[in-house]
Amino acid sequence: MSETVVLAHDDLRRTLRRIAHEIAEKNPDPGSLAIVGIHTRGALLARRLHALLAELTGAELPIGDLDISFYRDDLGAKSPADQPVVHASHIDFDIAGQTVVLIDDVLYTGRTVRAAIDALFDYGRPQRVQLAVLCDRGHRELPIRPDYVGKNLPTSREQRVNVRLEELDGADEVTISAAVEVGA
Amino acid sequence: MKHLLSIAQLSQAEIEAILDRAESFAEVGRRDIKKVPTLRGRTVATLFYEASTRTSSSFELAAKRLSADLVSVKAAGSSVDKGESLKDTVATLSAYEPAVIVIRHPHAGAAQLVADWSDAAVVNAGDGKHEHPSQALLDVYTLRRQMGALEGKRIWIVGDVLHSRVARSNLIAFREMGAEITVCGPPALIPRGLEQLGCAVTHSLDDLGEADVVYALRLQRERMRESFVPSLREYATHFQIDGRRLGPRQLLMHPGPVNRGVELSAEVIDSPQSLIAEQVASGLVVRMAILYELLAAGDEGSAPASGDDASRPTPIGQPA
Repeated sequence: MSETVVLAHDDLRRTLRRIAHEIAEKNPDPGSLAIVGIHTRGALLARRLHALLAELTGAELPIGDLDISFYRDDLGAKSPADQPVVHASHIDFDIAGQTVVLIDDVLYTGRTVRAAIDALFDYGRPQRVQLAVLCDRGHRELPIRPDYVGKNLPTSREQRVNVRLEELDGADEVTISAAVEVGA
Repeated sequence: MKHLLSIAQLSQAEIEAILDRAESFAEVGRRDIKKVPTLRGRTVATLFYEASTRTSSSFELAAKRLSADLVSVKAAGSSVDKGESLKDTVATLSAYEPAVIVIRHPHAGAAQLVADWSDAAVVNAGDGKHEHPSQALLDVYTLRRQMGALEGKRIWIVGDVLHSRVARSNLIAFREMGAEITVCGPPALIPRGLEQLGCAVTHSLDDLGEADVVYALRLQRERMRESFVPSLREYATHFQIDGRRLGPRQLLMHPGPVNRGVELSAEVIDSPQSLIAEQVASGLVVRMAILYELLAAGDEGSAPASGDDASRPTPIGQPA
């Protein structure tokens, strides 16, 4: 099992700091800005960006998280064991008129983001939705483009991108594992 | 889970999983738009051969909140009135290719029959005196929200146990969740040998004070072909839960509809200890979770799609 580290501990933190700066630069009015993370690791990244943005702008932005299981387009296609654990979403503020920055760890086909945008609109009508991802690995199947990218990772479909975060996995890193392990 | 026919088919872990799912549907109910697209394009058919307000309305609303298409048939006012058999009615509904059939029927085992006749997932919404699994799930959900785990909690089920499918399903579910159950009612309304299900049986409310939860049952006069109680007044004297008998720390539940002044006095129905309104609210989210579990969480893809036609009902003709 070979894994290549593409973002090590410090790189990952520097990358998040840069994304926070870009968000602050692109949205000069923090009064209308809100952060929403997509479960599971997107929600953790959202919390970190929220803290970084509080440092940068001095503003405590509204923060929420979204679970998109009910909006997936592949329900029933997976066996029960592969079904994602469903978390409740938490968006306790009014998103109408806000600029909402959606946060996810890996952008791949774009289907998760499509589902997240659908879910978001059930809470109200945001003025603008932006997308921040830690990694963009390509292979889009929908016309979705991120506004903020931590790292572009050219990958093949057989490869796997692993995002690990201290809160959940005990380490901060992004790795690519080569192809699917066959048996061994 | 292919069907939900009986609560006995579910383990504690499976019950917990459905209730956790219901929690996330409760969050959907707090949104501006209380609807998710999960079951878009699927059809849910409800078939009610007995009167129902709560169960039918909550299954229907649950299907709609999940964006499914809904066909609801009530026996009264449908071709059932013209003498159509259950099998023919199911064959008719099956022509719409429903993903789920929710059925309530006065005879035990009706849901199982429908499951045998149809390709759809079948939910037993009450079959005679047999089972009512979705009620048991929503009651466990309601209690779990009020007091956390049911492990070691003492629950008294009081009243007309003999005619009650709710009593049977809830007894099984509460036991599975670790609660200690006492069943109480006049001897004529307690099935013989009920202790074998792992509960205590008593014929007096004297020790009601030990209960954490009092679950009152409706006196089912429509199922009584002979007189099981001398009179409603006498029944109420001995078995009515009223402000005198219900302690201030005890929770009160009832599956509805309530015979006010028979099994419950008006004061306890409207007291803050009463969870009756919460039970109805739970019914919606738990039934959303049941539909989700049957259709979205399962491996639909591997279900026999068409090769199974031999077991489908053959047309029986003879139009009315």
